[in-house]
Amino acid sequence: MTDCYIYDAVRTPRGKGKPNGSLHEVTAVELARQTLCAVRDRNQLDTSLIDDVVLGCVDPIYEQGGDIARTAVLHADYAETVSGVQINRFCASGLEATNMAAAQIMSGQADMTIGGGVEMMSRVPIGASGGAWTTDPQVTFNTYFVPQGISADLIASKYGFSRDDVDSYAVESQKRAAHAWEEGYFANTVVPVKDINGLTLLDHDEHMRPETSMQSLAALEPAFTLMGTQAGFDDVAIQRYPEVARIDHVHHAGNSSGIVDGAAAILLGNKEAGKAAGIKPRARIRNFATIGSEPCIMLTGPSYVTEKVLKRAGLAVGDIDLYEINEAFSAVVLRYMQVLGIDHSKTNVNGGAIAMGHPLGATGAMILGTLLDELERRDLTTGLVTLCIGSGMGAATIIERV
Amino acid sequence: MSYKNFNIDIDKDGIALVTWDMPERSVNVVDAVAAAEFVALIEQFKTDAQIKGVVLTSAKQVFCAGLDLQMLKHEGGELADSSTKEEDKIKSTFDSVQRMTKFLRALETCGKPIVAALNGLALGGGLEIALACHYRVVVNDPRLKLGLPEVTIGLLPGAGGTQRLPRLIGVEKALPMLLQGKSIDPQTALKLGLVNKMVSADKLIDEAKHWLREEGNPVQAWDEKTFRVSGGKPTQTGEQLFAMGNAMLRAKTKGNYPAPHYIMSCVYEGVSVPIDAGLRIESRYFAKLFLRPESKNMVNSLFINMQALGKGARRPQHVPPSKIAKLGVLGAGMMGAAIAHVSARAGMKIVLLDSELKLAEKGKAHVAAQVDRAIERGRANESQKQILLDSIQPTSDYADLKECDLIIEAVFEDKSIKAEVVKQAEAQFTKETETVFGTNTSTIPITELAQASIRPDKFIGVHFFSPVERMQLVEIIISKTTSEETLAKTMDYVAALRKVPIIVNDSRGFYTSRCVSTYITEGQLMLMEGIDPVLIENLGIMAGMPMPPLALNDEVALDLSYKIYQQYKADLGEKFTATAASDLIENMVVKHKRLGKKNGKGFYDWPSDPKGVKKLWHGLADIAPVTKRIDDIDIEELKRRLLYIQTIEMVRCVDENVITDLRDADIGAILGWGFAPFTGGPASFIDMIGIERFVAEADELAEKYGERFAPPPLLRDLASKQTPFLQALNKN
Repeated sequence: MTDCYIYDAVRTPRGKGKPNGSLHEVTAVELARQTLCAVRDRNQLDTSLIDDVVLGCVDPIYEQGGDIARTAVLHADYAETVSGVQINRFCASGLEATNMAAAQIMSGQADMTIGGGVEMMSRVPIGASGGAWTTDPQVTFNTYFVPQGISADLIASKYGFSRDDVDSYAVESQKRAAHAWEEGYFANTVVPVKDINGLTLLDHDEHMRPETSMQSLAALEPAFTLMGTQAGFDDVAIQRYPEVARIDHVHHAGNSSGIVDGAAAILLGNKEAGKAAGIKPRARIRNFATIGSEPCIMLTGPSYVTEKVLKRAGLAVGDIDLYEINEAFSAVVLRYMQVLGIDHSKTNVNGGAIAMGHPLGATGAMILGTLLDELERRDLTTGLVTLCIGSGMGAATIIERV
Repeated sequence: MSYKNFNIDIDKDGIALVTWDMPERSVNVVDAVAAAEFVALIEQFKTDAQIKGVVLTSAKQVFCAGLDLQMLKHEGGELADSSTKEEDKIKSTFDSVQRMTKFLRALETCGKPIVAALNGLALGGGLEIALACHYRVVVNDPRLKLGLPEVTIGLLPGAGGTQRLPRLIGVEKALPMLLQGKSIDPQTALKLGLVNKMVSADKLIDEAKHWLREEGNPVQAWDEKTFRVSGGKPTQTGEQLFAMGNAMLRAKTKGNYPAPHYIMSCVYEGVSVPIDAGLRIESRYFAKLFLRPESKNMVNSLFINMQALGKGARRPQHVPPSKIAKLGVLGAGMMGAAIAHVSARAGMKIVLLDSELKLAEKGKAHVAAQVDRAIERGRANESQKQILLDSIQPTSDYADLKECDLIIEAVFEDKSIKAEVVKQAEAQFTKETETVFGTNTSTIPITELAQASIRPDKFIGVHFFSPVERMQLVEIIISKTTSEETLAKTMDYVAALRKVPIIVNDSRGFYTSRCVSTYITEGQLMLMEGIDPVLIENLGIMAGMPMPPLALNDEVALDLSYKIYQQYKADLGEKFTATAASDLIENMVVKHKRLGKKNGKGFYDWPSDPKGVKKLWHGLADIAPVTKRIDDIDIEELKRRLLYIQTIEMVRCVDENVITDLRDADIGAILGWGFAPFTGGPASFIDMIGIERFVAEADELAEKYGERFAPPPLLRDLASKQTPFLQALNKN
């Protein structure tokens, strides 16, 4: 098998996913274009070396619809020989896109590819593309469908995470993210978003609230109580997990991932392609995997896929220097660390989506870049990135510095 | 042309007034003949140039009560098929239901405008006919019911109901009607847009003809090119409505009821495509549903058998009908007052007797309070209240009982107290007095109580369920000495109350109390095995029971369970063996003073505020520590235990001749203690599982958990002959 290397990783800063967010005036294709341009320009890359661009997008409809990857390639003025494809593995799409792009290289079918993703949540609302999973009675009945917030609360209820536990985790995420920004740990990867005249629209993650404290979080009402009790979702969850007496609704906007706009791109290639382009590899994609898990609790996939990918890599939990697990909800990370016995000091060391936000289609590629930066900064070798996924899945990738 | 079911009268404007009038029946229903004539009628509408428009109405008090139940029978019914191959059966059911659907489709596309003039109730297929008309006029009578109740007997409206109703009134408004099966009155129907016009009875036909003359559009809205269903196509814009609707539905059904689930799919899939495709989708789900055992059993029990029992199928036919004009009620407590209430409501004169006049009057005041509540909810008025209260005579004088046709005692559940009131009442009578004496005991064998009577042939058990106002069942208990006349009179009384009787022979706990107690006990035994009470309770509900076993025990009171155990001990002497369950109850009641809901402390801590949330008592952790891990538990097996133990007790009742008609077993279980209705009742449940498999699984449970699961010989015998359980009592 051919080795696949990461040559570069870029991401936009994350804008608040609301009409008053700094990126709200930017189209999705423009945001994706700016990451592709950054990859080209930072590496003075002849884009005709690139075979394919794979972008994740979770609601590929309206302006994000119709193969936004190829559209962004054209918009970025890449060589017309560069093809593009949009893929969807819900919240892990950004990582999945990278894995698929890497797979083309590892299987010897391509030499240089880009993986990444884009999601303009302020412009194309979450869930806009619909889908049978959440709606079709024939599907929802047998899969005990509940929305993710209920699943997160179910995890907390089943595995015993209190409101204090999930809030403490959120406070720490904010603290770490703020620290990382202050110290410039993200500087290498974040490319400011510019307007058509080159004026800067946003150069930092604007969802962060570094002043967050246990007191400020305590004031927030749980977000999913009404949905759980009035729309019957709590009952559905309990029918699937009858050992749970009641769903404790502990999650709210402050301990769940933020809704934001953002895009990311990872430049991948085999050794020869890097040489031809005159660029240096930063890390090797060692292994990746996906898995399906029980769809009602939905968000427990990361531990299963981690076990799977570690086994495939011949590694143990302790062999991984740093973990990045997407902070979809506090309880997802807490359960992940609990079941695998991983210390918080090795996990999400620079914060995560609770502080900085989760632009669905892009996040996987974003946190892969974060992990790589931090391995380099600490001069460590091996890192693992994983995300929980709607409808019960997990995706994970192990990278190794070279 | 002339028809057996329909009169047709064409006026000078060319408007055909078609009056449905089924010969030899009091209501119109859709049977095979009516359906065939309907097809011919539609052909006439289409081809007869003289006819410009049609008014469809009925000569009966009702417009149409829906499909004839003969059509729904699985054996020999119109929709059934004798094929043994499952796919042939499905095909044949699909074809049959498509024929129905197609003739209604032909009606709405015949090119002539059709008005449904709804002079009386239109339910099920009856309303579906009206929905296939181009205009609906209804009589302004609040008692007139319109609805699609199919779901309540495990079916779905298969003649276009799931397609036309959402297209007519919008998906969001249609779903509750389709999923709950509740009927609505004309005023509500008008507001929903289900009917176009509401008029007084004398103007009904004029109004219908008026529309035909003035507008008379023969094209349904959904056949117009510009048609858009209110709320949009479910597959495109139904995300919110269906994501939540599906969850709310599952929260209610626990996944046990396929009918509402399929109805959701009919609407979701069918309303997103043109109506002809939608109607085919509906027919496909109907065929699939019709052949599911839940549907088959629910139709059989909740429709066919329930109706039969309600109409007195088990009444000794040779005894002439009787009327209860005057009823004596002994004991004016909650139960006595409630019996007085429902009986007065049925037009009887009531003598309400208690040991002191004051107590009898208190009972009457209780009735008054109940009626006041009904008035508050708009379900009764002041004049009805007055008539009702005037018919109740409170007294402490046994001589007032003299003219009663029937006496029901509802005094304290104690053998000697009951014997005493029997004696005092009977002192008013001679051996020849016709008055029947009924006892509303739930636990004391009536053969023992009858010993206090000088007229044991007139002595019978009349077991009401609480709350009497709401519970439809009456369990009639006959002893060896009860006469057929006594039984017939008691059944006439129950019929007058519009309740459903079952008849059982005397036994400790009779039928209902005996079976339901096994459910409660099984929950207690699981608790003592170290299973998390949270799990036990949730599984009780998921198995289809209306209440979890431990909560149910709290409701009926733990000290009552304790007393029953004490009574067994006294009666059985050395033969009584304590079980983990009886020890648990003793521990709860004697040591921890936890009596159940009545003192706020049972397996749960009950909140004093009725809106509060009850919580499992933390002390259970010491009495019955949880030792079984969830991952080591077979959840399906626990659910099976909760239903099988009741079912096996039912079989014992059959074996011991307590139950002599399996319709009583099924209906008594569903109406009496809410035994998982989707099964059709415990007797039908055995055949739903398959008798051989049921016996094998019961054997397995007996091996693991004790002899209480051992299949009685009757069951084993039937299984060995591969005879369905429902044929157990068939006379050869």
